[in-house]
Amino acid sequence: MKNALTIAGKELRSAFVSPIAYVVLTGFMLLGGWFFFNLLNRFNFLVQIYMSFRNPEVQMRLNLNELVVAPLLGNLSVVLIILVPVITMRSFAEEKRAGTYELLLTSPLSIAEIVIGKFLGVVAFLIIMLSLTAVYPAILLIYGNPEPGIIAAGYLGLFLLAVAFATVGLLTSSFTDNQIVAAVSCLIVLLLLYVISWPAETAGPTLAAVLRYLSLTEHFSEMVKGVIETKDLIYFGSVITLALYLTHRSVESVRWR
Amino acid sequence: MIEVRNLTKRYGELTAVSNISFTAEKGQILGFLGPNGAGKTTTMRIITGFMPATSGTVKIAGYDIFEDSYECRRRIGYLPESPPLYNDMTVLAYLRFVGRIRGIPKAELNDAVDRVLRSCGLEDVPHRVIGHLSKGYRQRVGLAQAMIHSPSVLVLDEPTIGLDPRQIIDIRTLIKELAADRTVILSTHILPEVSQLCDKVVIINQGRIVVEDMLENLTRDTTLEQVFLRYISQDTAVPSGATEGTA
Repeated sequence: MKNALTIAGKELRSAFVSPIAYVVLTGFMLLGGWFFFNLLNRFNFLVQIYMSFRNPEVQMRLNLNELVVAPLLGNLSVVLIILVPVITMRSFAEEKRAGTYELLLTSPLSIAEIVIGKFLGVVAFLIIMLSLTAVYPAILLIYGNPEPGIIAAGYLGLFLLAVAFATVGLLTSSFTDNQIVAAVSCLIVLLLLYVISWPAETAGPTLAAVLRYLSLTEHFSEMVKGVIETKDLIYFGSVITLALYLTHRSVESVRWR
Repeated sequence: MIEVRNLTKRYGELTAVSNISFTAEKGQILGFLGPNGAGKTTTMRIITGFMPATSGTVKIAGYDIFEDSYECRRRIGYLPESPPLYNDMTVLAYLRFVGRIRGIPKAELNDAVDRVLRSCGLEDVPHRVIGHLSKGYRQRVGLAQAMIHSPSVLVLDEPTIGLDPRQIIDIRTLIKELAADRTVILSTHILPEVSQLCDKVVIINQGRIVVEDMLENLTRDTTLEQVFLRYISQDTAVPSGATEGTA
């Protein structure tokens, strides 16, 4: 565990030494700010229109959680599909290219320590990345009265989604020594998981249920609504565990223990 | 200390290393020679546990590299052909990182880092970013990482490449000192280096060992150059005539 933390620390530090971290964080904040500004603008517009109806009941139905926070998190999740592969593409591919893979694999480290270390490094980066966007809900909490519990559930969903994305990125990075190949193949897998439930509407009930279950978005959108269900947590847990396990196998395939 | 027995490595159709065996004792420097592509790097990668052999065994201090990979790796310091450096780290941060993953206790880490900074001549550059260092310095950082945990076996793939003459002399002296109580395997293309440093010579050609002997036995009445050329040209068609001419 100590070794895993050493590697995690190295990963996090090297992320912030390279320009990638700053480009990713700036881009994420910029897009997040743009989404937030426009969603809030639309909310204001709706409030003004509804006020002119002089019907307090309709006005009460306008809800900051539904109209601002949920779509904001939904949009950020799409941005994560593109940015997470960029964060994870270096993890193994760069080590292989630079020859430092030999250093790691000939050191007295277990493969689990290497994989978990890389994983924790990415998770720490994602925590930093997502907590920067907490400024938007914070503004809402100061000037409005959204439901904090629903926001927290939504953020938990976004975090789990991002971590699941990252484990897929670690896996594709472990396959290759080319960062572009790692990033693009991760992006494709994530997009596929995002749209995998599209045929569900016309497919038979069993297949539809399977496709819906596989879809990352379906589980995420439940949590954004404020519903934390065990099945969604189990889903994210199994995606993360499976991807980490496969990464372990992929790294292990280089050598016998 | 190091015992390689019947080692074979195939990459699909290609046989990189074929049924090689040799041993190196404590206190010995073993010079590992051979033309490019002979299988030197493959052998070193197997000895250090980076990749598995197709068949055969390697024992480090009595531990099998396949069965007790962890125990072996704790005892090995390895400098690959291109030094395994993180270009975005400073020399100090890099050495501390390597020291930690090689299991040096926190209390001893500073001493270990200071020791290798001094012995590899890196005292002037601890805070420089590795990516900005010259080739000679990079090579020395690579050496420093290989010996930071005082391993009992050092595997060095062309350690003096890219160094200036003064640094070469320093590094050779250092390797000589280190070898007093450990085993060093040194691959190189510089034959005078072998004559100066090594106790034992192993010459590998086309994946097979053609010579394994003590240096003094080999160079009793000839030079190492001639020994080398004679053995590597035995089963390659091209330079055999030339060898006879110079012999």
